[in-house]
Amino acid sequence: MNMTMTGTPYTPAKMPESSYLTDGYSLRSWLLTKDHKRIGILYMVSLTVFFALGGIAAIIMRLELATPAGDLVRADTYNRLFTVHGIVMIFLFLVPSIPAVFGNFLLPLMIGARDLAFPRLNLLSWYLYMLGGIITVGVVVGGGVDTGWTFYTPFSSTYSNSNVVWTVAGIFVAGFSSILTGLNFIITTHKMRAPGMGWFRMPLFVWSMYATALIMLLATPVLAITLALVGVERIFGVGIFNPALGGDPILFQHLFWFYSHPAVYIMVLPAMGVMSELVTCFSRHRIFGYEFVAFSSLAIAVLGFLVWGHHMFVSGQSVYGGLMFSALSFLVAIPSAVKVFNWTATLYKGSISLQTPMLYAFGFIGLFTIGGLTGLFLASVAIDVHVTDTYFIVAHFHYIMVGGAVMAYMGAIHFWWPKLTGRMYPEWWGRFSALLIFAGFNLTFFPQFILGYLGMPRRYYSYAPEFQALNVMSSAGATILGLGYVLPLAYLLWSLKYGAIAGPNPFRAKGLEWTTASPPPTHNFAEIPIVTEEAYAYHDMDAETDGREVVAGEDRP
Amino acid sequence: MDQGFRLFPKEASTIAPQVDLLYFFLVAVTAFFTLLIFVAIVYLALRYRRKSEAMPPETKTDLRLELSWTIIPFLITLVMFGWSTRLFLKMSTPPKNAMEIHVIGKQWMWKIEHPNGAREINELHIPVGRPVRLIMSSQDVIHSFFIPAFRVKQDVLPGRFSSLWFEATTPGEYHLFCAEYCGTDHSRMTGRIVVMEPAKFEAWLAGVAPDETPAKQGEKLFTTYGCMACHGERGPTMAGLYGSTVSLADGSKVVADEQYLRESIVNPAAKVVAGFEPIMPAFQGQLSEEQIVRLIAYIKSLRTAAGGEANP
Amino acid sequence: MTTDHPATLDAHDKGPHDSGQPRPAPYGLAHHFEDLGQQHEAATLGMWAFLATEILFFGAVFLAYSVYRHAYPQPFAAASHHLYLWIGVTNTAVLLTSSFAMVLAVHAAKTGNRRQLVGFLVITILLGMAFLGIKGFEYYKDVQEHLFPGKIFNLHDWEAGFWPVDVKSAAGIEFLRHAELFLVFYYIMTAIHATHMVVGLAIMGILAVKAWRGRYTAEYNDPVDMAGLYWHFVDIVWIFLLPLLYMVRN
Repeated sequence: MNMTMTGTPYTPAKMPESSYLTDGYSLRSWLLTKDHKRIGILYMVSLTVFFALGGIAAIIMRLELATPAGDLVRADTYNRLFTVHGIVMIFLFLVPSIPAVFGNFLLPLMIGARDLAFPRLNLLSWYLYMLGGIITVGVVVGGGVDTGWTFYTPFSSTYSNSNVVWTVAGIFVAGFSSILTGLNFIITTHKMRAPGMGWFRMPLFVWSMYATALIMLLATPVLAITLALVGVERIFGVGIFNPALGGDPILFQHLFWFYSHPAVYIMVLPAMGVMSELVTCFSRHRIFGYEFVAFSSLAIAVLGFLVWGHHMFVSGQSVYGGLMFSALSFLVAIPSAVKVFNWTATLYKGSISLQTPMLYAFGFIGLFTIGGLTGLFLASVAIDVHVTDTYFIVAHFHYIMVGGAVMAYMGAIHFWWPKLTGRMYPEWWGRFSALLIFAGFNLTFFPQFILGYLGMPRRYYSYAPEFQALNVMSSAGATILGLGYVLPLAYLLWSLKYGAIAGPNPFRAKGLEWTTASPPPTHNFAEIPIVTEEAYAYHDMDAETDGREVVAGEDRP
Repeated sequence: MDQGFRLFPKEASTIAPQVDLLYFFLVAVTAFFTLLIFVAIVYLALRYRRKSEAMPPETKTDLRLELSWTIIPFLITLVMFGWSTRLFLKMSTPPKNAMEIHVIGKQWMWKIEHPNGAREINELHIPVGRPVRLIMSSQDVIHSFFIPAFRVKQDVLPGRFSSLWFEATTPGEYHLFCAEYCGTDHSRMTGRIVVMEPAKFEAWLAGVAPDETPAKQGEKLFTTYGCMACHGERGPTMAGLYGSTVSLADGSKVVADEQYLRESIVNPAAKVVAGFEPIMPAFQGQLSEEQIVRLIAYIKSLRTAAGGEANP
Repeated sequence: MTTDHPATLDAHDKGPHDSGQPRPAPYGLAHHFEDLGQQHEAATLGMWAFLATEILFFGAVFLAYSVYRHAYPQPFAAASHHLYLWIGVTNTAVLLTSSFAMVLAVHAAKTGNRRQLVGFLVITILLGMAFLGIKGFEYYKDVQEHLFPGKIFNLHDWEAGFWPVDVKSAAGIEFLRHAELFLVFYYIMTAIHATHMVVGLAIMGILAVKAWRGRYTAEYNDPVDMAGLYWHFVDIVWIFLLPLLYMVRN
């Protein structure tokens, strides 16, 4: 470990006397807080609970799939398990994950603001999220829902005998949390930047938050109203999406994927933002091709809105419609490739340290590369026809969402943990569990690519015997992966009390968030900083001052 | 069915080797770029590992490099798109001489009806070396007809027809799966595709054929539901209608395929033939999925009776 | 849906930002903004972003409506014909007038005229309530005529001539099914609109009380301004709903 932080006046090895954490210890002081940092922590705690719930559902599924016969749970139970796994992981974990925890905590710090533009709205977002989450989890307690997270009509609107209405109500409410968070981020980025913080001086994490927020703002309302229509159809027995009553089930799919494809980018763009921070810090290098990385985020956000039809190549849309969506889907791969190449190039002639966050970053690059390239198989209509709705799809999107988004989330936790808590975690355990997660992940999901091309359909709870060997591998991997996620929970909690005091900037990273104390004071900056340099200017970082380049200046004129 | 462990599915249709070839190309591209990135990262991480606390000097962004790794991937995807599009167009254009079989999906079984009226459940017998076109609809929710060994899949929708074609190349038994989640027993909505030598197939077919073909049954329905009253003289004639081009009242033209016939039965007002009043009653909800299939089989059988182009 | 700036400074906002120079904060400025100008810009941009999200929210329903109207033109026209166009037009006039009153309220706020501000807000609220009252009366009449999807519609024995088809025939049953679909959209769209009205009225009630207590000044009146934007948006949605629902012709 290379943490030279002794001997400079800016890195006292003791906790700051007052910080956002000391600003009240009562439950009330947390539940009524308008401090973006405390709200970020609230999200972090609740996300962990939902992640555990979704994870438990996944473990039971993998146990069931260890044998070809459906022998552990009943078919209906299995259907409820994969539905709750999908809904909880997507709407209650992945969509909020990095934006709600790290976007909330870091966005104002990174741009030199005292808070998000609308602090009350921010707190309201958390309450909406919790309300939506509690409703959704309540549904599970009350018998569950068996539609799959995609809610395809007319199954969801007419045929399913489960609690569809309450589930869509939960997602509807949680959706508004997402919208308000996105709104807050956009306005904050536009209007709250510190003097000198031009658009092209912003850390790339902020760019990715901005692109993510645009999608949240513009796609989520479509999902909300679409699910509301499904609810209305069920409650009143009318036929908005039921062909027997004059409705059109394909219209539902169009409306659903108009949100749910961009939603993939809601999950992965923030992860890309985290990547840019990690790769630069641990190679002590300015990012290679800043503008390209920044604009590729926007390109992904815009193109992401135009490719929803690639989920429907075999649903009966027109041949030429399918080809158009195929072409656009190939296009959206390019900006992602540009980012991967730029991250790799950033390493060139850097000063690379393989600390825990960097291990997660490398894990991300590897897994995201595989996930992204297998996306090309799905953009090729001729191959998609064979592999859609099989385990190939399951493997592909887990490489993007777990290999990509969750790896980055874990990387972010380890990178900013000292900033959030003021304490270091045990480095050895950090590296060990990063490697464990990487190994467990590949063992779980790589066999699923092969299973998918063999033709094993997804959402099957019993399957043909020749698929067993690969399924056993996958289930074994899931066990390792599960352990890999439990370990950090243990040592991070341990570090809260016993971890070494981190000091303001243990990794000697650039960025305004590292110029504050760890944990930061309630109002972030005593003086609004004036920014005089580009992001990631590691080359002229003064070793003596530990990166305190920012000049404390006057108030804005 | 061979139940042994394998890593790659059997190829049993004309399209399968072509899909696999494109698949291998994509696997090669994926493997190349994944290795490239892996090797680059490992090499760079070792070569430039941190040796001192001194900050490394800045490296300038190279525009040529940026452009080349934007444009080269773009060109590669262009090749993929062209290749896959050509193949997909082939996959979505059934040959004219294809044998037509009706498939009805329902929770949780596949009902299949051959042109001569032979019926099967969760099994489909077909001859080797002859194109087969499936005309499919669902009685309830969305299903998906998936034969991995043929590399084909198509969603089966309620309220409309979708179709799928293939030509089997190797006799044997293959998996049939429902690939679109459809409720409790989705994972049991499976079956067998039995590919037989043509002679064996004919023998099998003769053995299970019922007395009446679907077209004959459809003719009876045509009379029972009083269709003759209009479609004999006053209304548009059915003779030679299937496959012809119909001029509509709004000036547009449409080819009278299965989907058109279906729509014109269940919701006649949607596409009114030029020169006629929209007076035909709608039969949505009045006819079962099977009855619609038989009526259409009857109308299609009139194609050969009248022959040639007809313009009602 | 107002913006987020407390007119009064709460405990959270009062804390000193720094140890040194105490800054005399202008009235109405939240702690995390530098000045009222920045706060106003943030609020305005925030409101527009919110309206963008609203447009997509309504847009999806409008899209679904258009798909079905295109598929079933005659049933949609016939069902639309049975709505009360005169009530729709009356309500449009009421709503437009209330929007005008809101414009005057915003003007009064910017000129710091407290009495006018309260007065125009009250007028806006009264007209909004009138709209909802009329809408409720219309719903009542519609339901009395069995124009409500579900059993009320399906089990009704329609008198001859109410629909342009024989409702006993197979074609008639089909026709009614599609006319019912129109009513589904009529109720969904007007109900979402009415929900937005109720929210707007609640906000304006709070604004009126605060205005009465003199919480808004010529310099600080963002909440009134933002509520105005919102109210005009709700108005514009109605302008789209009127022809889409009441004036469907074949």
